[in-house]
Amino acid sequence: MALPLEGIRVLDLGVVLAGPQAALLLADLGAEVIRVESTQYFPPQTRGIFAHPTKEAIMASIPSAGGYPNREAGERPWNRFPWFNTTARNKKSMTVDLKKQRGQEIFRKLAAISDVLLTNQSPGSLEGFGLGYDDLRRVNPRLVYVGASSFGSSGPYASYKALGLQMEAYAGHDLLRRYRDRDVSSNTWAVTADAAGAMSMALAAQMALFSRAKTGRGQYIDVSMVENFVGLLGHAVLDYTMNDRVPDSLGNRDYAAIQGCYPCAGEDRWLVLTLGDDAAWQAFCRVAGNPAGCDDPRFATASGRYRAHDEIDAIISAWTRGRPREEAVNCLRAKGIMAGPVMDDADAMADPHLAARGYFVEVEQADTGLHRYPGFPYRFHNTPLEVRLAPVGLGEHNEYVYKTLLGVSDAEYAELEAEGHIGTEFAPHIR
Amino acid sequence: DLMRHIGPFAGDTPGPDNSLSFLHLNVNKRGVTLNIGTKSGQSILAELVRDTDVVVESFRPGVLPALGFSYDALRAINPKIVLTSISNFGQTGPYRDLPASEIVLYGMGHAMFGTGQPDAEPASMAPRVNLQFAGQTAAVATMAAVLRQQSSGEGEWIDCSIMEAFTSSVDRRAISLTAYDYTGEKMVRMASVQGISAPPPFNPCADGYFHMTVGIVWWDTFVAAVNEDFLRDGRFTPPLQDPLLREEFDAFWIPWCMDRTKREIVQIFQAKGLPAAPVNTIADLVEDPHLQVRGFFRQLAHATAGPALYAGLPFQMHGTPGEMRAAAPRLGEHNAEVFGALGYTVDDLQVLSATGAI
Repeated sequence: MALPLEGIRVLDLGVVLAGPQAALLLADLGAEVIRVESTQYFPPQTRGIFAHPTKEAIMASIPSAGGYPNREAGERPWNRFPWFNTTARNKKSMTVDLKKQRGQEIFRKLAAISDVLLTNQSPGSLEGFGLGYDDLRRVNPRLVYVGASSFGSSGPYASYKALGLQMEAYAGHDLLRRYRDRDVSSNTWAVTADAAGAMSMALAAQMALFSRAKTGRGQYIDVSMVENFVGLLGHAVLDYTMNDRVPDSLGNRDYAAIQGCYPCAGEDRWLVLTLGDDAAWQAFCRVAGNPAGCDDPRFATASGRYRAHDEIDAIISAWTRGRPREEAVNCLRAKGIMAGPVMDDADAMADPHLAARGYFVEVEQADTGLHRYPGFPYRFHNTPLEVRLAPVGLGEHNEYVYKTLLGVSDAEYAELEAEGHIGTEFAPHIR
Repeated sequence: DLMRHIGPFAGDTPGPDNSLSFLHLNVNKRGVTLNIGTKSGQSILAELVRDTDVVVESFRPGVLPALGFSYDALRAINPKIVLTSISNFGQTGPYRDLPASEIVLYGMGHAMFGTGQPDAEPASMAPRVNLQFAGQTAAVATMAAVLRQQSSGEGEWIDCSIMEAFTSSVDRRAISLTAYDYTGEKMVRMASVQGISAPPPFNPCADGYFHMTVGIVWWDTFVAAVNEDFLRDGRFTPPLQDPLLREEFDAFWIPWCMDRTKREIVQIFQAKGLPAAPVNTIADLVEDPHLQVRGFFRQLAHATAGPALYAGLPFQMHGTPGEMRAAAPRLGEHNAEVFGALGYTVDDLQVLSATGAI
């Protein structure tokens, strides 16, 4: 049976994380996604830190940034970057130099036969090439144009620059997730706003396609990544606007239940648990063999326990600390307590549940070989999603896009190659 | 909906219409009560399903089928129905029936192991953020099925596992899993660059903190923006490894920051194109001049919780603009309207109410 988005063509101008991930969601759902890339320009943090990273740069980076297979750049490092390859399956790639007029003309022709354009390039950059929504809707009024940026396309900060880290800070998330006993500067990096922004880009594109089927018209969608993210903190906003309270971080705690992350036997082994009500607390006490102090009358009510959270944490830790993680988690779960291990990457890859559900996918790609990748975030009962194409190499589908889709002749194709539009490697001047 | 009973609450007063998360998540919706454990409740649900496009449910796996509303039963009533089933671990597999909270799912499925400092316990994100992210994920899948329903008239059953939504997140987890398979190295908690980088990412200033990324890439821009001779002689160019030089840098830099507010400083750096942002509190956000010009926060009046500003729409569709039309429904607020449209009279509704069906 046809996948949900079969027949929809998407141009992926995404960079870094949010744009490429949004396009991946549509690609997995069956759209024909074409990455529009350039051999003449190397977007930061997209196909690598550098086109040709040195061994030193690779070794100095954390795995997600320097984790080329076996920490080796290989012949075409840009096809081996884990960050990129995670979002590159089921896509095609073409190259064109949008800084040149001829490249802009090619792009307009491609936009004319496409349904969706996704971009999170810096505000104004495509407009500067004459490829903004107002330009493209003239060649294709049915085009759905999703433009994501840190602060949105209007307002005083529209041109402000921000990486994911600054979005987290601005949206209020950093102050709401710091350790309770340390200041915000101890926060480690997170890019929750990018992950959430990708979801909204993909959702908005599909909503506009739904509307287009009725009206025949495409539209422009302005995704402000910080506004989208503030929506994920909506209850904290209401705590301020309704209760006049400036919410502070709870660390790993809950608003009312006993909750935390506790050490287990061994090196860097942890479990998380939530004791939601009296029954859960009593169940814990039984599991732990009624440890000293657990019958304190203050602990008889949820609010009493919450006020004594530190003391209860000490009771819980005293029990978990001496026990292997799996044993402790299993004891707790057997009594119906919400508990689980804090799973590292190795745990996830070996997890029996994810394995039983066939979550991870195995994909062979020319420049990296056979590897396992995280799979799909959901299952479709009638139209199962699958890996149709391996993580895409730079310019891998130039022939298809130029010749089959755009009808470019062999002679013109050679000319475009010579002019630096078409290629599968970055130009020599690119570091 | 359990969320009606989970705080924080409006006015710090627990009650089914006061849960702040419920109020936030149910804007623009109508609400009915229906006891689908009763025969008449089940027959009303079947009537509703007949003329419905999408059913979104997050019961424990197996609960809906046991009540007679499996996907097969629903599509027998309405062949084009899209059923989105959201659950902790999915509808199949050994963990299917395990109890879990957000932090348990975050610890198992997401990047928690690598979040935080190496000398402390792994850290989660702010509460509710990731559960709502899982909701966004389910909405993407649902909308795809709706598009196929629109073009082909066919329905779908979508199995959304919150754990798998987390494991697929590009907020580090999915990427670190690929990197792990490529290298055998896992993501671990690392000391932040706060002590290594000058200026550091988080900087205290007159009214809080601001966050910036400088490093070697933006160093010249940084020097130009600060515009003080002190920084110009090249001694402080990153990486600044000499502790004495670092002290000298801090002796200049910290007072420079403490003399200015976060918005002033961010403006100075953004004017030169340097990525910097205030570390906002929720109060800062609501009063933020940019968000005010964009009209992001919207006033809605709720009958019991009162009027208040709400976080606005996640994106702006210029061709078909969305609106914040109505505050979240009170418990059973639209029973008469919705069941009335099915043909139930006021007397019928009284009987249903008396028998506990609504």
